[in-house]
Amino acid sequence: MSEMATGDVPKKSKWSMVDKDPYAMSIKDIDLSHPGIWQHNQYLPFMERLRNEDPVHYCEDSAVGPYWSIMKYKDIMTVDTSPHLYSSEPTIGIIDSFEEFALPAFISMDPPKHDDQRRTVQGVVAPANLKELEGLIRSRAGVILDSLPINEEFDWVKHVSIELTTQMLATLFDFPFEDRNKLTYWSDVATAIPGNGIVETNEQRWAAIEECLAYFTRLWNERVNAEPGNDLVSMLAHGEATKNMPPMEYLGNIILLIVGGNDTTRNSITGGVLALNENPAEYAKLRADKGVIPNMVSEIIRWQTPLAYMRRTAIQDTELSGKKIKAGDKVVMWYASGNRDEESIDRANEFLIDRPNARQHLSFGFGLHRCMGNRLAEMQLRVIWEEISKRFDFVEVVGEPERIYSSFVKGYSKLPVVLHPLK
Amino acid sequence: MVKVLFVEHDGTEHNVEVNTGDSLMQAAVSNGVPGIDADCGGSCSCATCHVYVSEEWLDKTGEVNPTEEAMLGLSTDRKENSRLSCQINLTEEMDGLVVSTPEFQF
Repeated sequence: MSEMATGDVPKKSKWSMVDKDPYAMSIKDIDLSHPGIWQHNQYLPFMERLRNEDPVHYCEDSAVGPYWSIMKYKDIMTVDTSPHLYSSEPTIGIIDSFEEFALPAFISMDPPKHDDQRRTVQGVVAPANLKELEGLIRSRAGVILDSLPINEEFDWVKHVSIELTTQMLATLFDFPFEDRNKLTYWSDVATAIPGNGIVETNEQRWAAIEECLAYFTRLWNERVNAEPGNDLVSMLAHGEATKNMPPMEYLGNIILLIVGGNDTTRNSITGGVLALNENPAEYAKLRADKGVIPNMVSEIIRWQTPLAYMRRTAIQDTELSGKKIKAGDKVVMWYASGNRDEESIDRANEFLIDRPNARQHLSFGFGLHRCMGNRLAEMQLRVIWEEISKRFDFVEVVGEPERIYSSFVKGYSKLPVVLHPLK
Repeated sequence: MVKVLFVEHDGTEHNVEVNTGDSLMQAAVSNGVPGIDADCGGSCSCATCHVYVSEEWLDKTGEVNPTEEAMLGLSTDRKENSRLSCQINLTEEMDGLVVSTPEFQF
């Protein structure tokens, strides 16, 4: 999404909530699923009204059909930890019509298949393996930061956030380093809505996805005939639960790992710079004490909430906080709202890098589908901020960020900054 | 009050005295024992309060419940004596309990 011309979108759809007053409309008409308010950074008051007035909200009519919005931290926790009531199948995205394009992956599977496939690959992002990787990540982060212009405007998203996460991803897949930009492209394509800058048509989207499959099939064939290695492709090719998976399932899991390991951390790297600029007192705390960085990382991940929601589908009729949910209903857990819920998080609408219990946020989800890469994400963010702090007194935001047209991936396509070195 | 000994991965020991009725996770967190993250706050849904219960205490600390089993299944360093400490409520019987913490919570 990095290169998209966000100025042209959204095409003003009848579903768009952009520039509407959330308190001046009937509550039943509030629809968080339309990407416009996310791109225009107008989603907070809509979420606030639902959280306060109708925290388990039924949107009867939207571009993606009817769905429930779960707004409170505790209700989200209930849904996320009740896979017997709320299934991750057939998809965790809000859009059913994408199902025909959807690829099978363990994020959208229930136990026991989910558990077996996940277990096969999680070792690569487990802390013991990460310890080995930290030195490499640190040196790569250093090279990137040392190559940046000083006292001159540039795009932080393109030159730092994307570059760092893409390099990391190439490392995890043992992907040919010179081709690493393909990973960024495939990641963007996988979550792109045709017509919004990345791909124009579904045919184009499929062409890119097929290219991705062909590339990773080649890697699979290389690795399956070699000794088992520590990279993700080798783990899938040799793992008991995954070595016989059909090609589309292999591709689904690859794309899951690309998107999961790319967009999310990328946007938290950018979101942290923005949040510190918007909260100068917090930036001052960071300058005064670098020891706050691990705690700050958790707070940045809460504040950014790089995936705004996860969707479940009710398996049977059930009740949640007094609302009757029917079997087959779409249930959307808005992590972005739960992370701002004052009832569960003290001063939830303030960005506080030294907040107590910073780790208790919803951004990674909870339960069986809790983010597998959470420790990798935290490590990458910690290392980048430690390296930034060694070099720069101030990463100054000098213009408006450009946000992504999506109600799922909550992120940025551009953030103009100027670097001020340590005095 | 009961006594609990937490042993870190590197052998560092932490003796704490805690109220019965508290969970083993709360005992660790409220006494500043490192190595227990407890990201979900004690609702058996993140597996970041993983501990290994000393052999001789396995009977007294009870069975792994199904939700706990599912969450422990996500851990890469699951062992026979693995438990999630938020699922162990301390009783008088557990006075002197010894548990160790893994090198990493995941």
